[in-house]
Amino acid sequence: MELSLLAALNAERQARRAAILVTEIASGAQRLVKPEAIAADPLGELLERQLRTGKSGMVEVEGSSYFLTVQAPHPRVVVTGAVHISQAMAPMARALDLDLVIIDPRTAFATPERFPDTALLAEWPEEVIGRIGLDGYTAFVALTHDPKIDDPGLTAALRSNCFYIGALGSRKTHARRLERLAEAGFDAAATARIHAPIGLDIGAVSPAEIALAILAEIVSTLRGPRRQPG
Amino acid sequence: MISTETDILRAAEDWSHSGRQVAIATVVETWGSAPRPVGSHLVIDGEGNFLGSVSGGCVEGAVVAEAAEVIADGKARMLEFGVADETAWQVGLSCGGRIKVYVEKVN
Repeated sequence: MELSLLAALNAERQARRAAILVTEIASGAQRLVKPEAIAADPLGELLERQLRTGKSGMVEVEGSSYFLTVQAPHPRVVVTGAVHISQAMAPMARALDLDLVIIDPRTAFATPERFPDTALLAEWPEEVIGRIGLDGYTAFVALTHDPKIDDPGLTAALRSNCFYIGALGSRKTHARRLERLAEAGFDAAATARIHAPIGLDIGAVSPAEIALAILAEIVSTLRGPRRQPG
Repeated sequence: MISTETDILRAAEDWSHSGRQVAIATVVETWGSAPRPVGSHLVIDGEGNFLGSVSGGCVEGAVVAEAAEVIADGKARMLEFGVADETAWQVGLSCGGRIKVYVEKVN
């Protein structure tokens, strides 16, 4: 591998951008394909399919073997609300190998004591989200019930291509939220991206159960399409 | 702690920048109960230092030895390890799986 190619691959990963390194086994020829160039690549369809799985693998095309090193950004969950549910979520996300970032400007909530070993930002979402960036490998979850904190996060998420957006709250709370988002200029198709009520319907009651339901919904969205029953 | 594929490829770049000769070994195919998934990397330098793993310890020695050849002649190689292989009795996978490992030099 050319060092410049290795450096380019590492740079894409550093920037949380997907990329595929194509290696033709017989000749050793290699090229780096970025998502925007997939359609024009001779192996386009195969690359597209492989990128969706997020896994590296060998493919055969017209008698030639190619190894595809798929580099998809690490999935990440960005949460507004350093609350009970996110406290329960932190160790679960770790076990699932999901990066977790918790945002809450209320410094009484966002304390390292309550969130050991967790990326915690005691700032307003509008201040931090531009900095951390929301992308197609990010799930956004609003948990505070406080529009002052949740709405700026949701607005940023709706403007991004986050793979999952979820918001905690009763149907009534969510109806009011939808009204506010409509006033902010988001049409029904845009706000339909928000999972609310949030989480898989497992009858969750405790904060840990709700955290489980939310993470299960995130994993299902990330890894879907779901297996068909029977 | 170096625990992810991410850090390993970064290390390969850093080693190479610092003037070390480097080879990258990648698990490209697995059959049966292979210990490390496709895409796992082992990075080896000219002195035989290595980072990462392609099998959780079963065949690393053989891969490191082969990497020295790759670094010497610059030619990439495909290695195969497994119970069906002649060399299995020396360097096989105790779990009964089979793996193919692609070893290439960083130029």
